[in-house]
Amino acid sequence: MADIYLDNNATTKVDPAVVDVMIPYFLEQYGNPSSIHKFADGVARGLKQARQQVQALIGCEHDSEIIFTSCGTESNSTAILSAIKAQPNKKEIITTTVEHPAILSLCDYLEKEGYTIHRMPVDKAGRLNLESYKRLLSDQVAIVSVMWANNETGTIFPVAEMAALANAAGVMFHTDAVQAVGKIPMMLQDTKIDMLSLSGHKLHAPKGIGVLYLRRGTRYRPLLRGGHQERGRRAGTENSASIVGLGKACELALEYIEYENTKVKAMRDRLEQGITGQIPHCFVTGDMYNRLPNTTDIAFEYIEGESILMLLNKFGIAASSGSACTSGSLEPSHVMRAMDIPYTAAHGTIRFSFSRYNSMAEVDVVLKEMPGIVATLRKLSPYWSGDGPVANPEQAFAPTYS
Amino acid sequence: MWDYSDKVKEHFFNPKNAGAVVDANATGEVGSISCGDALRLTLKVDDDSEIILEAGFQTFGCGSAIASSSVLTEIIKGMTLDDALKVTNQDIADQLEGLPPEKMHCSVMGREALQAAIANYRGEEWKDDHEEGALICKCFAIDAVMIEEMVWANKLRTVEDVTNFTKAGGGCAACHEDIEAILEKVLAEKGEKFDPTAAPVAAREKIAAVKAPLTNLQRIKKIEQVLESLRPALMADGGDVELVEVIGNTAYVNMTGACNGCQMAAMTIAGIQQRLMEVMGEFIKVVPASEMSTTARMQDDCMDAGGRATQGAVAEVEQCMEQLPELVNIEVA
Ligand SMILES: Cc1ncc(COP(=O)(O)O)c(C=O)c1O
Ligand code: FES
Repeated sequence: MADIYLDNNATTKVDPAVVDVMIPYFLEQYGNPSSIHKFADGVARGLKQARQQVQALIGCEHDSEIIFTSCGTESNSTAILSAIKAQPNKKEIITTTVEHPAILSLCDYLEKEGYTIHRMPVDKAGRLNLESYKRLLSDQVAIVSVMWANNETGTIFPVAEMAALANAAGVMFHTDAVQAVGKIPMMLQDTKIDMLSLSGHKLHAPKGIGVLYLRRGTRYRPLLRGGHQERGRRAGTENSASIVGLGKACELALEYIEYENTKVKAMRDRLEQGITGQIPHCFVTGDMYNRLPNTTDIAFEYIEGESILMLLNKFGIAASSGSACTSGSLEPSHVMRAMDIPYTAAHGTIRFSFSRYNSMAEVDVVLKEMPGIVATLRKLSPYWSGDGPVANPEQAFAPTYS
Repeated sequence: MWDYSDKVKEHFFNPKNAGAVVDANATGEVGSISCGDALRLTLKVDDDSEIILEAGFQTFGCGSAIASSSVLTEIIKGMTLDDALKVTNQDIADQLEGLPPEKMHCSVMGREALQAAIANYRGEEWKDDHEEGALICKCFAIDAVMIEEMVWANKLRTVEDVTNFTKAGGGCAACHEDIEAILEKVLAEKGEKFDPTAAPVAAREKIAAVKAPLTNLQRIKKIEQVLESLRPALMADGGDVELVEVIGNTAYVNMTGACNGCQMAAMTIAGIQQRLMEVMGEFIKVVPASEMSTTARMQDDCMDAGGRATQGAVAEVEQCMEQLPELVNIEVA
């Protein structure tokens, strides 16, 4: 069997139909969209169409609310920096402890610059407490930035409700929807969300293209100044081929959104139930009842994630892990720590993330290999003995830590 | 993923000596909580010859932690305990044909488990004497603890200083922000303010940024001099200090008189260490001689050579030092 790709939250394969629409923009319509000659004729039309395709997927009111950027990270940075530049007297930011580093590192940096950052904690299932959120909202807050769906666990936050609360308090609301767009239906015009980030490479468009949705009427300051591109809101010659590709990818995502929430979800569920049913001492992390349809994050106790990935890789299966060792950082994933997952489990989390390119046959291969992989590593583990964990694992093995 | 050598993969996919040795008479358990790696090493040691007959490991950890454990058991099987104590983490990494800088701590863990197991066999208590901080400079594998100590010891003020003394920051420059944060923190502790535009130490004091490392003999003499200069103050309080041994950058001292057992002894030792570092411009660790516990045997090996070193056999000391790089807490630039 061919290799199995279950790491779609990290990035996705570009849909061949997306590649097809892009090629003419490299070879024929390569003119600068600002030029007035036949090499550029079609480009402005292509961009316009792409804008409408994105608009349709996220359900916003105007296509002019779409600003093309270079990636999700740029959209996130633009949103937060714009909000604080446009409201210089407001010195607080509300976010969560489980955001992507694209938000958290920027907030850490702004904290050094004198901003007060409220990082809302989550409970053991990765959920926020809306009562404490309400108490944080005030006229001192420049922006709330809360992710729509978590990249590690797939947990969905109630962003529409939170945006309405922010709006009522006169506070701007941004959501990092990089993982949510294309996986769950959305209708932005029915919400009070002011800004939203998305990234092409998570929905079968190329890497290096993103969007910042900016609700009409929202106060705004550009991050990149220069030419008049994107109405001066994001200067720099348009990445026309990728923009057109992203448009096509959004059109396809809209077509497949039901498939995503039925067929793809069924694959995910079968894998999850198969693993938790066959393998002792493992559990699903995050909010089981409020999750992206394509994601499952499973903690395998008493073994470490990078080892699991290396063995999966041997069988041609690609996934990812929240373990410290895969990232090169010394800490296990901040998302696992925020959910208070014990470290003997946090280091052994594996995220399987599906796309419409996966199949049930692939699920069966993973289900066949996974028990053996876990058993092999548990045989090496000091916390394990025979076919179960040692009694009182934390006491039975209490190494001297350095 | 990591660019692991074939050797690492070989030991990971087909680990040697996995599991606990059934009738083990030595056990060492160590771990690094920050990375979530932990290792139990069990040995069967022949009581007469002190030869390691069998070695087994149980590891909770990543690919390189498992590979380091596996290769360690292969290295030490058949060795005497004394020889096994000479195995360094570099030996482990070398046997694996190298480890990525972020993963070197896996080999350190292997060596520590071995020391702990031997201490256990000998009825001693093993104490971890190595401090590991967050990895700051990935280009040169320099951690926060080392940078902080160098900033303290050498009155460093700028990122350039830190690069000159530790190499950190001399590559891709990605760590400059983190180095500045350390400078800011340490300087604040000293009651100074970090000034990003300050001139580097070298320019300020017109000294060569990187001094030639001291030979062991020079180091011992200098330490004696510094202790001599501190002695009047100690004696005024009814105490005294005696230099017992110098191994690499660690000075073992005896606090006598009123200093002995005094609550302030630890602080006094810290003060002596600070003074030594200031004068000598290199990292010196001062340790009470009573703590020459588990590493003592390794030091014994050096002692003879060290004794003769004063008669001029510096080369021999240095050769001995090479076998003990872990005792040289900081490689002098
Ligand atoms: C939630 C979230 N936000 C932001 C990003 C960053 O997106 P990009 O890689 O396009 O900068 C990612 C992807 O890694 C993500 O998962
Ligand atoms: S990480 Fe320090 S110079 Fe590259």
